[in-house]
Amino acid sequence: MIRYFIRRVLLAIPILLMVYTLVFVVVRIIPGDPAQAALGDYASQEAVEALRERMGLNDPLPVQYITFLFAMLRGDFGESLISGVSISEQISYVLPYTLQLTAAAVLIGVILGVPLGLFTAMNRNNIIDYIGRIVSLVGLSVPAFYLGILLILVFAVEVDLFPAIGGGDIQEDPLGSLKYLVLPAMTLGLIMTTSVTRLTRSAMLNVLSEDYVRTARSKGLAERVVILKHALRAALLPIVSITGFWVAVLIGDSVLTEVVFSRPGLGKMLVGAINQRDYSALQSIMVIYAAFVVVVNLLTDLTYGFLDPRITR
Amino acid sequence: MAEMTQDTVTLEQPAVRLRSQRERLWNTFTRNRTAVFGLLLAILIVLMAVFADDWFIAIFQDREPQPLLAPYDPTKQDPRNRLEEPSEVHRMGLDTLGRDVLSRIIYGARVSLMVGILSVALGGVIGTFLGLFAGYTGGKVEGVIMRSVDVLMAFPSLIMGLMVLAVLGPGIPNMIIAIGIMLSPAFVRIVHSSTLGTKENDYVLAARAIGVSQWRMIRIHILPNILGEAIVLASVYTATAIRIEANLSFIGLGVSPPTPAWGTMIRDGTQYLTIAPWISIFPGLAILITVLAFNLLGDGMRDIMDPKSYS
Repeated sequence: MIRYFIRRVLLAIPILLMVYTLVFVVVRIIPGDPAQAALGDYASQEAVEALRERMGLNDPLPVQYITFLFAMLRGDFGESLISGVSISEQISYVLPYTLQLTAAAVLIGVILGVPLGLFTAMNRNNIIDYIGRIVSLVGLSVPAFYLGILLILVFAVEVDLFPAIGGGDIQEDPLGSLKYLVLPAMTLGLIMTTSVTRLTRSAMLNVLSEDYVRTARSKGLAERVVILKHALRAALLPIVSITGFWVAVLIGDSVLTEVVFSRPGLGKMLVGAINQRDYSALQSIMVIYAAFVVVVNLLTDLTYGFLDPRITR
Repeated sequence: MAEMTQDTVTLEQPAVRLRSQRERLWNTFTRNRTAVFGLLLAILIVLMAVFADDWFIAIFQDREPQPLLAPYDPTKQDPRNRLEEPSEVHRMGLDTLGRDVLSRIIYGARVSLMVGILSVALGGVIGTFLGLFAGYTGGKVEGVIMRSVDVLMAFPSLIMGLMVLAVLGPGIPNMIIAIGIMLSPAFVRIVHSSTLGTKENDYVLAARAIGVSQWRMIRIHILPNILGEAIVLASVYTATAIRIEANLSFIGLGVSPPTPAWGTMIRDGTQYLTIAPWISIFPGLAILITVLAFNLLGDGMRDIMDPKSYS
C-alpha cells in the first residue's frame, strides 16, 4: 500500500516538470518582447533594456529555465510586469477564493448527485428516472457562465436574496464571505451534480444486477442495507474517479464563473493577465493550475487505492 | 432460406451480411428516440445557419447577400431604439446598439457550428494520426507521444485553450486551432489503445507475412477498424467544442465585432441584465439547445458502438 502511494507521488513529479517546461516554452514563443509589451509602444529603448535586464530576459534560456524553476519552488513567482505587485502576494490573496469556490462546488455536486443517482437508479424507467435524465442532459449542455447569469437574474435581480457580484472578504470575515459564495458555488455545483447523478445511476445499475446483490437480497437483508452496504460500496470507485475528473473540469469552469460574478480568484487573474499581456503572471498562473490538476489526480489515485486495495498491488 | 440453392447462398451471402450490418447500426440509432430528436434538431440548426442569408444566390449575381431566414441585417444599428424589449417587430428585442437580437442569433449559429465542427475535425485528425502512429510504431516514439498527452491532459481544457489563444491572439481561425489542440489528447488516447488492440489481430500478422507495405497496412488493415471509434468521439466532442467556443467568446477572445457570435452577445448583455435581460437570455438558450442537440446525437452514436453502455 505504502509503496503504491510513494510510486504515485514520484510519478507526478516528472509530469509537473514537463508542465513547467511546456509553459516556459509557450510563454517564450509568444510573439513580441514581453518587456516592450509591459512598457507600451512608446517606451524608450533604455527603459525596455533595463526592464529586460531586471526580469532576467537577457540571460541565456537554460539559465532562465533553472532560475525560474528554483524561484517557483521557493514560492517566489516574481513581480507583475504591469502593476509591479508581487505575483506571489497576488496569488496568495486570490487562491483562497478559488479553493473555496471549487470545494463548495464539489461538495454540492457529491451531496446532491450521489443520492439523486441512487434514487433514479432505484426508480429505473419510471417518471422520476425519466425527468432526472432529461434534467441531467440539460445540465451537461448548459455553459457555466450562462447558468451563472440565469441564477443572478433569479436570485439577485428578481428576488434580492444573494449578492451577485464580488467575493466578500475571506481573510477578515470568512463567515460573511459565504453569502457571496452561494450563487457561484451553485452554478458550478449544479453542473457537477448532473454529471455525478448520471454516473452514479449507471454505476448502481451495473452493480445491482450482480450476483452478490441477489444473494444479499435472497438472504433477507433490508433493501436499505443491500443498497448502501453492498451495492454502493462497489459503485463508489467510478464515482470517485468521476469526482476527481470533475474537480479538474470545475477548475477550468471556475474561470468563467469568477468572471461572471466579478469574484476575485485565480481565473479572473488569468483573464486579466491575458488581456494585459502580463506574461510573467501568465506563466505562474498556468503552472499553478496544472499543479492543481496533477495534485487532484494524485489524490484521486490515492483514494482509489484506499477503496480498492487490489489496485495497489 | 431452405428453398435457396447452394449457389445463390454463396453468391449473396456477403452482400446480405453487409446490408444487415448497416441496417443493424441504423436500427440501434433510431431505436434511441432522444438521439433521433438530437439529430433532427442539429439538422435544423445547420439549415438555419446555411440559410440565414441568400449567399448562394448572391454569389452568382455578384452582390451582397440579403437576409433570408433572419428578419433583419444582423449588423444594422438602430441606436435610437437600443435596448428595446421584445415585440411583434423584433421578436427577441434589440441589443445595446439597437441590432435585432433574433437576426444576430440566426447568423451567430454560423460561428458556433463552424468553430465546433472544424475544431473537432482538426483535433480529430491530429489526434487520430498521432494515436495511430504511437500505437503502430510503439517503442520510444510511443513513449514520447503518450507522455506529451499526459502533460497536455494536466491542464484543465479551458485553461489550455486560453494559453494557446494567448500565444496566437484572438479570432476564429486561432480559436479553431486552440480548441483543436485542446481536444486532440482525448483522440490520441482512444485511437492509441484501439490501435494496440487491432494490431494483435491475426489478419494483421497475415498481412505482414505476405509483405504488405507499412502505408498499406495502416490504410487498409488498421485505420478502418479504429475510424468508427474516432467518429463517435468526434460526434461526442462537437457539443463540447461548441460550448468551449461560447466560453472563449464570452471571455472576449472570439470573433471581432460586428460579426455576431452567441458567447459575445451574452457578454455584451451582461452590463444590462437588470434592464434588458433578453440580450443575454436568448443567445444563451441558443447555445443550450445546440449543445443539447449535439450531446443527444453523440449519445446515440456512442450506443451504436457499444450497446452495453445503453442504460
